[in-house]
Amino acid sequence: MSAGEDRAAMAELAEDPASRKRFLKMVGGAGAAGAFAIFLAACGDDDEETSGSTSSTSDTTAKADKGDIEVVNYALTLEYLEAAFYQEVIDAGVIKDKTIGELATSIGENENEHVDALTALVKQLGGTPAAKPKTKFGPVIDGGPDKILETAATVENVGAAAYLGQAGNIKSKDVLAAALSIHTVEGRHAAALNTLVGRDITPDGNFAKPMDMKEVLAAVKPFIAS
Amino acid sequence: MSNQNLAVPELGAVEITGINRQAFILKGALAAGAVYGAGAVSPFVRQALGQEAMGDVDILNFALTLELLEADFYTRVGKEVKLSGDAKSLATEFGKAEEEHVDALSATIEQLGGKPVAEPEFTFPDAKDQESFLMLAQVLEDTGVSAYNGAAPAIESKEVLAAAGSIVQIEARHAAAIRLLIKENPAPDAFDKTLSEEKVLEAIKPFIKA
Repeated sequence: MSAGEDRAAMAELAEDPASRKRFLKMVGGAGAAGAFAIFLAACGDDDEETSGSTSSTSDTTAKADKGDIEVVNYALTLEYLEAAFYQEVIDAGVIKDKTIGELATSIGENENEHVDALTALVKQLGGTPAAKPKTKFGPVIDGGPDKILETAATVENVGAAAYLGQAGNIKSKDVLAAALSIHTVEGRHAAALNTLVGRDITPDGNFAKPMDMKEVLAAVKPFIAS
Repeated sequence: MSNQNLAVPELGAVEITGINRQAFILKGALAAGAVYGAGAVSPFVRQALGQEAMGDVDILNFALTLELLEADFYTRVGKEVKLSGDAKSLATEFGKAEEEHVDALSATIEQLGGKPVAEPEFTFPDAKDQESFLMLAQVLEDTGVSAYNGAAPAIESKEVLAAAGSIVQIEARHAAAIRLLIKENPAPDAFDKTLSEEKVLEAIKPFIKA
């Protein structure tokens, strides 16, 4: 379902030079361009589950799947974004509330660990880790603590939905297990921040909704420097 | 096997005073059964894959058992211990959520041609007041997250995986909200731990009347 939507988004990127350029701008840098090439290649071989590739699905020692590398690099890009945000917030020293400051620090540390783990995972899969995107959180930070917390809540909810949206696209059970163990941590962050800003703990109702790549990239676009 | 597979000793050691017995047993199970690590993905993967023999219906029935337990805890015990304030509103909200999960899992099991497990009779003698109720709630939700994350990689059907994913995120959100309420870190680890079905069933045994 979401796999199909993602494929459509990828196909659009592949066919439309303007949106490809936008995507490259969004994820930023030459490393991302390399990753993007793998991305497209993965779409090519991977369109539907062809008879030849299905046997590897249940094999835990299956060789790295290019699609999996792309999913992990996508997650890595989002984690870089989150990690950079908390770092900037802490560096700016604008959060005076001790409890909230500690929470932001702790969440930021989680995101740094995610970056490290996903970078290692991409390498383990034989891929090249995505480059760190250039971020643009200045206006948010200038907006003060309320704006910062609102943005943090938004970003975490998107992050949780992004992981959920990829679960069905992951071939390797190892990669899936790693993604799931991060997915629920993003959900925890989202719930804590939602509580702090007075949003619903579970804004999608009692079943969390996934977001596909296109939706996620649109949601984080304001925070990527072009 | 390696030192990366060591249990998390601090989990078992903390807060023995002031924590109720059942929560302590569950925490112990989390500590003994769970592995995690920054940058070390494979240990928890091995843990997650330690239960491959289960089919999707079995996994769904396992999840259903946990949701039944949580639903009974929030709705019945939540009333018995006379909660107030935020604790009361969270328990009411989460009880409804768990009931929706029960319904969804039961329907999915039937769709797959399986038979949903009968509801066991649960008992939570240690949840005596608001404080002990919340402590147990926190450990039950954390255990739920670890149980789903442990079982999910073995799911065959993408639809079932999507459903499990959309439920486990809710469990994680509940866990975080309860933790925030009792002034614990809502996300104490960068990677949520996984538990095998065996460990979870062992851990929840004290809550099931013979």
